[in-house]
Amino acid sequence: MGNLPSAAKHCLSYQQLLREHLWSGESVAGALDPAQEVSQLSGLPEFVKIVEVGPRDGLQNEKVIVPTDIKIEFINQLSQTGLSVIEVTSFVSSRWVPQMADHTEVMRGIHQYPGVRYPVLIPNLQGFHHAVAAGATEIAVFGAASESFIKKNINCSIEESMGRFEEVISSARHMAIPVRGYVSCALGCPYEGSITPQKVTEVSKRLYGMGCYEISLGDTIGVGTPGSMKMMLESVMKEIPPGALAVHCHDTYGQALANILTALQMGVNVVDSAVSGLGGCPYAKGASGNVATEDLIYMLNGMGLNTGVNLCKVMEAGDFICKAVNKTTNSKVAQAAFKARLE
Amino acid sequence: MGNLPSAAKHCLSYQQLLREHLWSGESVAGALDPAQEVSQLSGLPEFVKIVEVGPRDGLQNEKVIVPTDIKIEFINQLSQTGLSVIEVTSFVSSRWVPQMADHTEVMRGIHQYPGVRYPVLIPNLQGFHHAVAAGATEIAVFGAASESFIKKNINCSIEESMGRFEEVISSARHMAIPVRGYVSCALGCPYEGSITPQKVTEVSKRLYGMGCYEISLGDTIGVGTPGSMKMMLESVMKEIPPGALAVHCHDTYGQALANILTALQGVNLCKVMEAGDFICKAVNKTTNSKVAQAAFKARLE
Repeated sequence: MGNLPSAAKHCLSYQQLLREHLWSGESVAGALDPAQEVSQLSGLPEFVKIVEVGPRDGLQNEKVIVPTDIKIEFINQLSQTGLSVIEVTSFVSSRWVPQMADHTEVMRGIHQYPGVRYPVLIPNLQGFHHAVAAGATEIAVFGAASESFIKKNINCSIEESMGRFEEVISSARHMAIPVRGYVSCALGCPYEGSITPQKVTEVSKRLYGMGCYEISLGDTIGVGTPGSMKMMLESVMKEIPPGALAVHCHDTYGQALANILTALQMGVNVVDSAVSGLGGCPYAKGASGNVATEDLIYMLNGMGLNTGVNLCKVMEAGDFICKAVNKTTNSKVAQAAFKARLE
Repeated sequence: MGNLPSAAKHCLSYQQLLREHLWSGESVAGALDPAQEVSQLSGLPEFVKIVEVGPRDGLQNEKVIVPTDIKIEFINQLSQTGLSVIEVTSFVSSRWVPQMADHTEVMRGIHQYPGVRYPVLIPNLQGFHHAVAAGATEIAVFGAASESFIKKNINCSIEESMGRFEEVISSARHMAIPVRGYVSCALGCPYEGSITPQKVTEVSKRLYGMGCYEISLGDTIGVGTPGSMKMMLESVMKEIPPGALAVHCHDTYGQALANILTALQGVNLCKVMEAGDFICKAVNKTTNSKVAQAAFKARLE
């Protein structure tokens, strides 16, 4: 509190503080960093894998159709930040998701950096074959814990969707292609309202049983809170080991980081996020969507959790794509950091 | 994911879900509410007191000078939400904080609802007397864990500030007026950078020892994370019982709720949002609350 004159922002100590907090994520040689002590004392994982979904889940919900070359440049920039998983695109029909119409060109156009994985979303067997032909080496299938949501999204029941996934997963495994499973509406559905943890567990268990190596539990409309996150994870973890789980939290109600923290404390160490908090929310127009990768990294850095990701480079990629879609970043860290530099 | 047509927003179930989530805070008779079950299982407190600082800390940092009658109406609206503590104003010199120049008029103009407390910020003994004359029955003093910050803010050292607070607190206690103590820069200082938990503990302990009933630990520039919050609280809690502590988290880096959750290990939200809508229109800005953004937009669709 108190009005901070702009002179303070030029203060070397403040700049130093920001640098410390916008920590690059490179490990410090020698004595244990106090923050690392914290993470080890409290039972948190030592390493958190961030799955960057900006190019797919983020852009998919942006109104402006981003040109193919911009998407490719965006993904190439992300590839140089230390992120180890970047979801590239979705091999769905362009009738349903116009933003992803250039899926083949994007998949072929990106530079696949060693040590980085580039999964793509697959709705059915036909999409799978197109993806493989375009060079995809990892895929994801998209289930839901809500009958109404699945019906509205892909016009079938949960049971029928499982049938489609089964053939995709089976073909993928045949070709040694790893498959990730998404379960959306894990903490609430825009059509059905509340979703029981038991339903989420049932769908997750089916996908895991079919051969998905990881299940990403999505708070699709961002209504979850630490309470509902805890209850849902307690149920799912009876059937699926924490190491095979991820959380995908939308920030529509500002709860994402608190929900992610709760999941981390329960043993989950894979978190989905989108640079700049891209995506908006189709269910609350103008509201925010995916949790911002920058804000997530900032929190994880501050907790002494390794991510291997360079926050400054992520912010640069975020700045690039925000200019391209002509919008302000949804990341508070990016907003604060850029304003501090401009003063 | 997937594009949701606007029809879904009118779906009764979605509206019901929003209502459930924008829970009014009234307790449910009968079986244990699932949310209560969770809090009891995880060692979280059953009740959280929210200290509303919008009219003071919030408005103080707004560029637009809000008219006195708008401030009064704003506070009156907040008084009807179930909030039990609303910080009204600051009895500082208008030279330093022009937004608070009307402190006396606001204090006198608000309707003081039974069951609601209306603390005011006090920089020194002179401010204290003005506040009491204007009807204040609770006050707060503002310390900091950083020498540079205190120097820049009130032009003295931490030690000198303690001297000032001592006389204010002493006079307040003499009149049975409760005093809350703020410790700003608890997780970082815009001038000094890092602040040690030990320094925060030292300043907090001094204020608590002088008679403050509660110490509010402020992440003034919002740089804190669950890691630094935990370390700081572990240090402070060696000297001050948790029940006498509060956290005051700025959301500059989007970390506030995660930091608050860390600190935590019947307020009516809808009415709070209405009060928020009122003041945002008055200062002509968009709300920073994501819940308010999402809820209002869902209703408009």
